[in-house]
Amino acid sequence: MSFETVIGLEVHVELKTKSKIFCGCSTEFGAPPNTHTCPICLGHPGVLPVLNRQAVEFAMRAAMALNCEVAEVTKFDRKNYFYPDNPKAYQISQFDKPVGEHGWIDIEVDGKSKRIGITRIHLEEDAGKLTHVDGLGHSLVDFNRVGTPLVEIVSEPDIRTPEEAYAYLEKLKAIMQYIEVSDCKMEEGSLRCDANISLRPTGQEEFGTKTELKNLNSFAYVQKGLAYEEVRQAEVLSSGGEILQETRRWDENGNKTLLMRVKEGSDDYRYFPDPDLVDFHIDEAWREKVQKQIPELPDARRKRYVEELDLPPYDASVLTQQKSMSDYFEVCLKHGGPAKPVSNWLMGEVNRYLNSNDMEIEDVPMTPEALVKMITLIEKGTISSKIAKTVFSELIEKGGDPEQIVKDKGLVQISDEGEILKMVNDVLDQNDQSIADFKEGKKKAIGFLVGQVMKASKGKANPQLVNQLLVQEINKR
Amino acid sequence: MSLFDHRISDIHELLHKKELTVTDLVDESYKRIQSVEGKVDAFLHLTEEAARKKAAELDSKVAANELSGSLFGIPVGIKDNIVTKGVRTTCASKLLENFEPIHNATVVNQLMDAQAVTIGKLNMDEFAMGSSNENSGFKPTRNPWDLDRVPGGSSGGSAASVAAGEVFFSLGSDTGGSIREPASFCGVVGMKPTYGRVSRFGLVAFASSLDQIGPITRTVEDNAFVLQAISGHDKMDSTSANVDVPHFSAGLNEGVKGLRIAVPKEYLGEGVSTEVREQVMQSLKTLEGLGATWEEVSLPHSKYATAAYYLLASSEASANLARFDGIRYGVRVEEDNLIETYKKSRSQGFGDEVKRRIMLGTFALSSGYYDAYYKKAQKVRTLIKQDFEEVFNKFDVIIGPTAPTTAFKIGEKVNDPLTMYATDILTIPVNLAGVPAISVPSGLAGGLPVGLQIIGKFFDEATIYRVAHAFEQATNFNELKPKL
Repeated sequence: MSFETVIGLEVHVELKTKSKIFCGCSTEFGAPPNTHTCPICLGHPGVLPVLNRQAVEFAMRAAMALNCEVAEVTKFDRKNYFYPDNPKAYQISQFDKPVGEHGWIDIEVDGKSKRIGITRIHLEEDAGKLTHVDGLGHSLVDFNRVGTPLVEIVSEPDIRTPEEAYAYLEKLKAIMQYIEVSDCKMEEGSLRCDANISLRPTGQEEFGTKTELKNLNSFAYVQKGLAYEEVRQAEVLSSGGEILQETRRWDENGNKTLLMRVKEGSDDYRYFPDPDLVDFHIDEAWREKVQKQIPELPDARRKRYVEELDLPPYDASVLTQQKSMSDYFEVCLKHGGPAKPVSNWLMGEVNRYLNSNDMEIEDVPMTPEALVKMITLIEKGTISSKIAKTVFSELIEKGGDPEQIVKDKGLVQISDEGEILKMVNDVLDQNDQSIADFKEGKKKAIGFLVGQVMKASKGKANPQLVNQLLVQEINKR
Repeated sequence: MSLFDHRISDIHELLHKKELTVTDLVDESYKRIQSVEGKVDAFLHLTEEAARKKAAELDSKVAANELSGSLFGIPVGIKDNIVTKGVRTTCASKLLENFEPIHNATVVNQLMDAQAVTIGKLNMDEFAMGSSNENSGFKPTRNPWDLDRVPGGSSGGSAASVAAGEVFFSLGSDTGGSIREPASFCGVVGMKPTYGRVSRFGLVAFASSLDQIGPITRTVEDNAFVLQAISGHDKMDSTSANVDVPHFSAGLNEGVKGLRIAVPKEYLGEGVSTEVREQVMQSLKTLEGLGATWEEVSLPHSKYATAAYYLLASSEASANLARFDGIRYGVRVEEDNLIETYKKSRSQGFGDEVKRRIMLGTFALSSGYYDAYYKKAQKVRTLIKQDFEEVFNKFDVIIGPTAPTTAFKIGEKVNDPLTMYATDILTIPVNLAGVPAISVPSGLAGGLPVGLQIIGKFFDEATIYRVAHAFEQATNFNELKPKL
């Protein structure tokens, strides 16, 4: 029996407002526990929430960037549940009038494009953070995070493979970063993902019973967890078993999902409109103002790179995946950098350096202007591509001006014909066999001779000139 | 004659002339408390040390001719569900027996700005749920007119303390009649302002969409004075209205000539005692004599008000009171695990009435019942609001009794919640609509005070005060005092 996989994702994204959603406390990450708190976010008796306008604007921006319809009137509701990370015993969230609904994003897997629907995006407050220490006999609560504004983005069950889920998350993250509403750092919890997955016999309309995956601390774990679950559910179903409505967690050490709890019926959160907050209206003027804050998004940029800069689609995808990289590329263009060579360097040497050092492009001292200068030196023949690698290592580690580096280190390419001619003849004098080979038609022999001349010049000789002079001199002999 | 028989304006004149000191006023409070508090039990805790310090500080200001502040030197009692920084705020609940807030309610800051002197915190029904003060987690307050009777609730301590002359005025809160009903039972003036007129920041929420803080005083003029000091938009309260605050006492003496009064037949029907009904008719005659006219009208959805109220208020309360779990503040009953600690702390901390309403509200909000209860009750609320709006198209005020009866005996209704809930049938519709209403003394029946309720248009407390003041001037019922 063959099955079709159905996946839906719920993503929580922390909005990077300066203060919390309902009080004036800072949202800064990493402060000592419980120092960014006040009676309001601690839920003390008698306090009232006052909505942070910036949080609404960020949520609107996110809704628009995800092609959602933005509500004209929206409101907040109380979601009731007892837990020590939730000091009011209700979370202020949005139930039936979310900021945005009916959106979509396009993803690409194996060169094929697919549209994934967004059911809704709503605003809510984050909970505190619990730490369970073995053997302590009690748990610790940090309320710094409580009240941080979040948007919850719920996808339609349109995703069919773990790879699509991965692509969806990458795209979502890219969009959130492009519109500058969140850092989307999974390791700091500013982007969190829960995944729902079910299987149904191929051709069947009705959904199967789903399980919910939690503790997915990276996009890779989301993909792995879903892939594991896909196999597990297929095995259960094929052997005549039944999938229970469960919450499972990804065990990164065991590389498998583990049962957390079986859900009986649905949780009853007893949502009702929060009487402490008034309905708010999003008028046309506000909508337009926010619409203008949305920059060129990754899809549009990618298209432009292909159509206007003649970049291969692959280059365009890689460059636009992260806003910081794409912005860097844009600045390079502004400084007159040639698109393809700049792209080659960014996708090649730069990305290699960033990956092996676990860094982001904004962390390196090399300015886009410097990178462009270096590329220009190569194009002009002032330095060879080989020499350029030496200049590049210096640039990316310490920054500076490539021309100065070339000068200081004496790396200027030798293009003086007389000087090279001497080296060429020295090499030819010692390599009779190679000359013979070349004359017999073994064109490869020239490569060896070029290498010998370059070696003699310590890499500084202009390779084209070396090549040209070698052929000329051999023919004379 | 007690100093507290004067009006605020008289007191200020005496202070100006230096014929009286703030210390004298504070002395008067604590002396009276010492002599009658054993009988009345209006207070939960006193703040004598701070009050005396404040009095001395204000007296030195008088000496330096720096007497400023609309409530300068006036002794006030504050209902114990209004948070006071560093001063225990218990909501008369055992669960909050040890709770000391780390901030002030907006109204408390406003009283401080106006230079009032806080005497202590006042008893109430636990979390403002009740109509008799018998639901206090600590002790019942007694009615100064008859110590065997209830003072009304939930602001029973607030009304009794003013009636007993322990404080000059007090603040209460009114969710379904909790200022007006005790004011009626104790023969004092109690105003529930328009929803949104006074900031709720720092009022421990019972039902957020209905709660409103208001003043309890001996006279209408003083009431207007106090409301003036605590009114206005507060950016800490999203539901506080950003509307102009008129000068409430400016038109007090303009009389009621040509005033159009509506008298809802539903407010004089079943359940309203004959003596109360007679008092209302008498009061209408008085107002007629002053040049007003009245007509009978109908508020047809009044009969659904109590049911809608108990669904809505309890639903909101079930969420509002969920934070009291003994974990971060309040009394914790430590058990082996989290859930048991929650359960024990809450079941030992809350009284029966609070539990009853939490259960009712939790039920009403539950999936599958929400539409039938909460949503339907919201629709009823809209209809009730429309009832009022329609009447106010043709009339200036609505007048009726505040409570169906005079104060009842302690213990009389305590085992019959539905009868107890019926006490509020005439005050609840006002909260559901959000309009302002006052209760003013309209004489005695069987030796007990009866209150006249005057309901006004949205944000038109000024007209209510004008009518109430004219009535008070014509009758002087506010001068009747209990013999304690």
